[in-house]
Amino acid sequence: MNFSKIYALGLRHLYLVMNSFPRVLDLIYWPTVQIFLWGFISKFFTLNSEYYNNTVGVILTAAILYDFLFRASISFNMMFLEEIWSRNFTNLFIAPIKIREIIAALTLTAIIRTLIGLVPAVIIAIPLFGVSVLHLGLPLIFLLIGLYLFGITLGLLVTSGLLRYGPSFENIAWASLFFLAPLGCIYYPIDILPNSLQIIAKGLPLVHIFEEMRNILINNSVNYFNIFKSISISVVYFIFGVIVFYFSYFGAKKRGTLINMGE
Amino acid sequence: MFIEIKNLSKIYNKYLAVDKINFHLEKDKTIGLLGPNGCGKTTTIGMMLGLVTPSSGEILIENKNLNSFGRDEILKRFNFASPYVELPKKLTVRQNLEIYGRLYGIKDLKKRIHEISNDLEIKEFFERKTGELSSGQKNRVSLAKSLINKPEILLLDEPTASLDPDIGDFIRSYIQEYKSKNKVTVLLASHNMNEVERLCDSIIMMRKGKIIDKGTCKNLIEKHGRNNLEETFLKLARSKDELQ
Repeated sequence: MNFSKIYALGLRHLYLVMNSFPRVLDLIYWPTVQIFLWGFISKFFTLNSEYYNNTVGVILTAAILYDFLFRASISFNMMFLEEIWSRNFTNLFIAPIKIREIIAALTLTAIIRTLIGLVPAVIIAIPLFGVSVLHLGLPLIFLLIGLYLFGITLGLLVTSGLLRYGPSFENIAWASLFFLAPLGCIYYPIDILPNSLQIIAKGLPLVHIFEEMRNILINNSVNYFNIFKSISISVVYFIFGVIVFYFSYFGAKKRGTLINMGE
Repeated sequence: MFIEIKNLSKIYNKYLAVDKINFHLEKDKTIGLLGPNGCGKTTTIGMMLGLVTPSSGEILIENKNLNSFGRDEILKRFNFASPYVELPKKLTVRQNLEIYGRLYGIKDLKKRIHEISNDLEIKEFFERKTGELSSGQKNRVSLAKSLINKPEILLLDEPTASLDPDIGDFIRSYIQEYKSKNKVTVLLASHNMNEVERLCDSIIMMRKGKIIDKGTCKNLIEKHGRNNLEETFLKLARSKDELQ
């Protein structure tokens, strides 16, 4: 791994954000709207639901964590799409940078984009709704690692689709997370799902992450085995995502789609 | 022999884009790759850049198969410019050159950017976004990017397409001047016959994925009994049978 090249590619995307105020605004706007929306919903349920009684902000915390996953994945996709939209694809793929360095650069830069968007929203939630994700304590770091790895995996799978099918795959990029959200049990316990879907849901790290988040906030206890399980599942998916990306890259070279990839 | 292309073919599904072509590039020479649209020039360049996997045949660099080099090991010796491939539009000229300089691992990058931007007269729009530039300015920036690593092998795909005669001449003169001062092997795909005559030591003519003739400009014009390269090109492009 050449970190100077990873930095260069990261810098390309940071320049893009820094050069445009509307882009910064766009990064911050959506997470903030989400926090406001779920903040009020959370407040309503806290006051009117027995399940959430005395547990301020479970839904809002779930919304923040889900948005973290969403932003990580979308950031990864967006950076890849930017190369297609700017017709820079050929220049990028003829530069002496290894494919694993491209993946590393997108992965590391995605966290910066994600944090630019989410940190202001998280800070707003503290005085406005009295909710701080920091109440999750040390396990928060591990939950975020699991979410981030899974978000990047989804990004890898979508970008693999972009390499395979070209820009027409773009719509899938936006839809990918909404497809998994119902099975992720973000806002409700897994018992709500029918038995058949519970089996599928348990194969996703999201269920374990959000179940554990609720466990910490409602029962004030931490099950580290659950957290370990969620990270392990995320790692397996991540490795799978990297393999799929490499297959798509070699497939694209075979089909010649790298040379004329554009809008 | 610096680069040797041996029996190189590319088939997309059932479409034969490049059909068992053979040619070689001598070190520090400029070779013109000519042919009508869709004759396989871009696919050939794509295979040389490692963007397209050949269906058969091989590309040898100093007698070593292209695939036996590491991706970054071989690509740092190459570069490429084409008006159909752009640099990130929302980044300034300086930012783009900085990023590509870093990606190519250029030492003393500031000095290199300074040199090349002076040579190509791009300093005046250095802080402007690349997407806001005129075609001529963009082409100069693209050429600057393609020379940032002082490549041993430079692939140029219609570097003066859609430029006014003045800017076109500036770019051609610059390539000539750059070649006289630096050791670089150039493969130039172009539809501009004057440009090819001016810049190329020899020419490869392609049609329907095949090489139909090759030689120096003078030899080809004489061989086909024409007055200039344009007439020779038209004759070859319209001929029905393979000539070689």
